[in-house]
Amino acid sequence: MSGISQDDVAHLAHLARIDIPSDQLGHYAKQLDAILHAVEQISEVAADDVPAMSHPVPMTNVFREDIPGVSLAPGQAVAGAPAVEDDRFRVPRILDEE
Amino acid sequence: MSDLTRLTAAQLADKIAKREVSSVEVTKAHLDRIEKVDGQVHAFLHVDTEGALASATAADKAIAEGKPQSVLAGVPLGLKDVLASKGLPTTCGSKILEGWIPPYDATLVTKLKEAGIPILGKTNMDEFAMGSSTEHSAYGPTHNPWDLERIPGGSGGGSSACISAFEAPMSIGSDTGGSIRQPAAVTGTVGVKPTYGGVSRYGLIALASSLDQAGPCARTVLDTALLHSVIAGYDPKDSTSINQPVPAVVEAAKLGDIKGKKIGVIKELGGEGYQAGVTARFEEAKQIIESLGAEVIEVSCPSFPYALGAYYLIQPSEASSNLAKYDGIRFGLRVGDDGTKSVEQVMSATRAAGFGSEVIRRIILGTYALSAGYYDAFYGQAQKVRTLIKRDFQSAFEKVDVLISPTAPTTAFKIGEKLDDPLAMYLNDIATIPVNLAGLPGMSLPIGLAAEDNLPVGMQIIAPAMADERLYNVGAAIERELVNKWGGHLIDQIPDLVGGK
Repeated sequence: MSGISQDDVAHLAHLARIDIPSDQLGHYAKQLDAILHAVEQISEVAADDVPAMSHPVPMTNVFREDIPGVSLAPGQAVAGAPAVEDDRFRVPRILDEE
Repeated sequence: MSDLTRLTAAQLADKIAKREVSSVEVTKAHLDRIEKVDGQVHAFLHVDTEGALASATAADKAIAEGKPQSVLAGVPLGLKDVLASKGLPTTCGSKILEGWIPPYDATLVTKLKEAGIPILGKTNMDEFAMGSSTEHSAYGPTHNPWDLERIPGGSGGGSSACISAFEAPMSIGSDTGGSIRQPAAVTGTVGVKPTYGGVSRYGLIALASSLDQAGPCARTVLDTALLHSVIAGYDPKDSTSINQPVPAVVEAAKLGDIKGKKIGVIKELGGEGYQAGVTARFEEAKQIIESLGAEVIEVSCPSFPYALGAYYLIQPSEASSNLAKYDGIRFGLRVGDDGTKSVEQVMSATRAAGFGSEVIRRIILGTYALSAGYYDAFYGQAQKVRTLIKRDFQSAFEKVDVLISPTAPTTAFKIGEKLDDPLAMYLNDIATIPVNLAGLPGMSLPIGLAAEDNLPVGMQIIAPAMADERLYNVGAAIERELVNKWGGHLIDQIPDLVGGK
């Protein structure tokens, strides 16, 4: 398996929407590289016929009757938001200028 | 009157029920203790004096009317800050949730309130439960009451420290890779991770949804069982909740009879990498088990050496997805919203400012493991290893009733010692992680002090899914022997904080 470079970290940070300062990219790259080297041994152990397991207990869809329950009032739902206008979440600009 | 903070939860519940002492007196005694020692320990992020005393007053009234709410009515506790509690700050140890007040209660919190259990406050934790030392809390580390220069374990270091410092008789933790059991081990207390699905996750802020499980922490096996019985049970609000009766944990904790039982020692969890004093105490515990008429058998779980690797791919993958919700829009912090920046710029600035380095590390790692081109090699492969680990447990439980191992490879280490070495930190969870991957119940039980540093050692007990009562039966049997030998619980040997250092 390949290592992880500063450029990889910058790309992943962009995907994860985290502004990592450029002078910290090398630090993260070094640590992540060490972690990946430590975990890559798992690629050797499981044969192709071993099924993947996403969850520890058997999962089935859970249904319920379509009956309205108690919900939060709009004021309660937005009470923890950093910016609110007219009981709605106020969002920064969502379109780029061009 | 004897010091109320030194009594067990069961003793306090009994005295409160008989009206020998009021819940208000008990709650006040613990609030006073917090006031006195938490400056040194820092187990609490928020103390709710008013709310705790109001619950205590209500519990006293219910008892006076002959209608106690539960077996623990009036006995207060500490609540890990990972559980949403209506009207109380809930930060998950992160700056990104600083000041957030949940508009609803987690199901577990609703159950505590219905049981008449006053909530003293919210306990410290590694940010979003990522860590084994509580040093990754954005609000500063918690100190181990056995030695204030050492870590109290993590992520639930606040929950383990508050009970070992006698600030609360019991507490709630959450365990994704060992965050209840490892803190219990290094503070000489008892902690149980119930079967996955045994306690509702509704309102438990998600780290890794397929691994997370809240559970009880206390100073004795019986207290832990009593709290377990209060918080467990089916919840329609959690689609992974198991719709079966709660295992008879309290009865098992009162029984403590292991004659004729088969106890399996996991060959792969011990030996090299384990501190000498940890191994020595574990060997003694095995002898105690045999003296009680149980058979100790070595079993092999050949896939366990790969559990840590699988965990540190699965957990960051799930975390990177779960933590996408902290976007600076609906709750918590928002940075750089000056009217000129786009939502993506604000989001990226907010997440950089609000998340600490360990959280950033794991989000990046998870994003990598889930990326196109790497998914099969990392996340897909880790999920297959998870199957192998589950199979190892299944074949082991065909031979034995429970499995045992040391809970953690070492005793509590010094604050700062492993902070810059993530891999060394991850190794703390080497014995606890397989249990989460398979969704099984596990307990950490205090089994003595390591000779070289006089710090607590824990033994892990593991049972099959929904057989949580076996943990308590085995734990109670060993605890009884050790209490007889020591003339008290291990926690009674803790140095006194006040007037200490």
